[in-house]
Amino acid sequence: MTNTLESISLIATYSAMAVYTLAFILFTVDLAGRAASDGQSPPTRWLRSGMAVLLLGFAIHFGAVITRGISAHRVPWANMYEFGLTATLVLVGVFLGINIWRDVRFVGAFVSGFAILALGIVAVNFYVAVSPLPPALQSYWLVIHVCVAVLGTGFFATGAALSASQLFQQSREEGKLQTRSWRFLAAFPSSETLEALAYRIIVIGFVFWTFTVIAGGIWAERAWGRYWGWDTKEVWSFIIWTLFAGYIHARATRGWRGRPAAILSLVGFGAVLFNYGIVNVFFKGLHAYSGL
Amino acid sequence: MASRRPSDPASLQPVDLADSTSDFDSPDAPRKNRLDAPISGPKLGPLEFVRWVWRVLTSMRTAIILLVLVAFASIPGSLVPQRSSDPNGVIVFRDANPELFQFYESIQLFDTFTSVWFSAIYLLLFISLIGCIVPRTLYHWRILLAEPAAEPASWVRLPFRRREPAVGGTAASLDLAEAVLRSAHYRVVRNDTSIRAEFGYLRETGNLVFHVALVGVLATLAVTGGYGWSGQRVIIEGQTFTNQLASFDSFHPGSWFSEQQLEPYGVTLQSFTAEYTQDAVNDAWMPIDFTAKVSVAEGDATREVVLKVNEPLAAGNSQMYLLGNGYAPVITVRDPQGTVVFDQPVVFLSQDSNLTSIGVVKVPDGLSEQLGMQGFFYPSAVDLDSGALSSNNPEPTNPTVTFNIYTGDLGLDSGVTANVFQLPVESLTQITGRHTGNDVMLTPGDVFELPGGLGSIEFTSLRRFIGVEIRHDPTQMGVAISLFFVVAGLLASLGTRRRRVWIRARGTARTPELEWGGMSRGDDPRLDASLDRLVEKTLPPSAAKIRGK
Repeated sequence: MTNTLESISLIATYSAMAVYTLAFILFTVDLAGRAASDGQSPPTRWLRSGMAVLLLGFAIHFGAVITRGISAHRVPWANMYEFGLTATLVLVGVFLGINIWRDVRFVGAFVSGFAILALGIVAVNFYVAVSPLPPALQSYWLVIHVCVAVLGTGFFATGAALSASQLFQQSREEGKLQTRSWRFLAAFPSSETLEALAYRIIVIGFVFWTFTVIAGGIWAERAWGRYWGWDTKEVWSFIIWTLFAGYIHARATRGWRGRPAAILSLVGFGAVLFNYGIVNVFFKGLHAYSGL
Repeated sequence: MASRRPSDPASLQPVDLADSTSDFDSPDAPRKNRLDAPISGPKLGPLEFVRWVWRVLTSMRTAIILLVLVAFASIPGSLVPQRSSDPNGVIVFRDANPELFQFYESIQLFDTFTSVWFSAIYLLLFISLIGCIVPRTLYHWRILLAEPAAEPASWVRLPFRRREPAVGGTAASLDLAEAVLRSAHYRVVRNDTSIRAEFGYLRETGNLVFHVALVGVLATLAVTGGYGWSGQRVIIEGQTFTNQLASFDSFHPGSWFSEQQLEPYGVTLQSFTAEYTQDAVNDAWMPIDFTAKVSVAEGDATREVVLKVNEPLAAGNSQMYLLGNGYAPVITVRDPQGTVVFDQPVVFLSQDSNLTSIGVVKVPDGLSEQLGMQGFFYPSAVDLDSGALSSNNPEPTNPTVTFNIYTGDLGLDSGVTANVFQLPVESLTQITGRHTGNDVMLTPGDVFELPGGLGSIEFTSLRRFIGVEIRHDPTQMGVAISLFFVVAGLLASLGTRRRRVWIRARGTARTPELEWGGMSRGDDPRLDASLDRLVEKTLPPSAAKIRGK
């Protein structure tokens, strides 16, 4: 039974990737179409279908996460594979959620593309079979600490997508990137709007990250006897926190708004990816629970 | 530009806060919003120079640069082994790269987070922070005591403007507007023909609380950190740890530690059990439970407690954490007459997930020669094709110990502290084990007669040990309280918008109207929606409906 659910989860993961790929194609066709009309045409049915397909992918992906959790009898984020699986789900969920509040469908291609890439890397390189938790992870802090880390990562990823679009858009507004292949940017809002959006999303990510670090400290005190010991993972969580603190200050500082702030946001998200993909795999430390 | 808002020498805030907030702040607001040149060069004269340095240090730009610098300065702390978190890694590094070690050592790379350069950056950051928040707090205090700001000279530039007929007359409509604003938690000043109102002081309050609380974290560490202590100890089943300096295997006192801080108590390890499960995919064994049953004697009372990973034990003013475990075979050594000269459990340190372990037995007295034994322990010994032993299970299904036995001077009398896990094999003579053709392989109860009639050794029984950390950390409370305020301040600050509303009577006596104007400090995409809602609450239901909002 457990093994069946585990395979269902994996099949659902690959299915979600296939559906996300379809969504990515639809989003791209929409962007290409609007580029051809110089961004003047309203959102097309390609965009609406892209959103619908993405929603379907999200549902399948959600099923993959749930079945993984049920087959493991615990939260589905106890190793690198599960963290990647769940964080990508949250990323897509954050994107869908923001669309209720504000129309950001224009980054749909970016988000679906990133989700395919992330799921692919995670499923191919980090997949491990369900296994019980070692004593150090047997704590309800696993639920809290990693859950807020996943949420923070999802918001930072969406923010990075917007910051990157902001940088391209700003270059375009300055008269660069005028070639045909960049014309899809006409379908994007102004760089100022993109910056305001990115900021609001990253600030939410920053709050979650602050919770991540604090919850991690409380758990570390229970498990290892100290709340902070500059373990490699703690170092990188701190680096991420200070980089995004710098970003938030940059947004309020003359001469640092716009491009420098966006670059800081991307550097910060680079640190998030590094912390997950490189530190877990290649650095030794107390967070060596990746299961690889 | 300079003439529009002359700089105020009394204000001390960051000089380069973004322009978008400048309209909001009064001319005597801290300078952060209003200096036109981002940061001008220093003027002549020592006082001006100091003032310039201070202004640069407390600017937002410096804060950003210092934040990014702190981030980058932390990176070596994750690349190079740190004494604080990985002392063994430092030793390994020294043995592998002695020359690079010297260089790294000279720039404190093994102590990144206490190094001069790292400390310099974060101290500057905190000085910058304090230099920023003190004047801002004073200014905010004045704002908190002051009435809402006077209406702007020109309404043209206000981002929100709306005119509505004052249905019940000017006074009645203003009354209604005042009530609506008050119920929306605006601070309101009402005149005969106008209202000024302000909301969202919590934004700056929360911001300041956040930053002060960060200083609180650092201050807590600086003030109370020195009183902390921690120590490590290995406790074998049946043994008792008493909380005194001599009982620790290693001890790390804070700078202001005194021995009286160790409150007397004893912890006896009654039993330790470990549970393992086999990974279905790659057959490896992995632990799923470690449970240590201990009895704690404190004062006159004794209590039985279960100590687990993630469930530390509180005793005295300290906490005990279960961090490691392993096997301690009991070894008995007898002289040729059968007199026991050594009989105790010996801690073997595990080397892999199946708990293959190594340990050293030193028998300096009682035999005709000093005896040193280098042992390997296999909880579940199996023969490999090569003839060597291996353990295929961390549980003791076939506990076996093998020894390379040496005679000679163990070097225990030289006065130099000897590592209990090392044997000076170079100066000793090997009498059993590898290359001697005389292998020692014992299971519990087995006795081995030493060559040359030296005596005998016996693997008497098997016990388990736990490795614990005992720690008193007086910084926890202060840091926890500070972090509570960090989070509260952050949420309050980010969740609040600072808005101003003015209402003035317009129109004629026969068709009186109220004009609403509003603005926010900084970006506020919801300003219009929020103020529209307030305006509509003051309108008769029919009027609001007609507008279809």
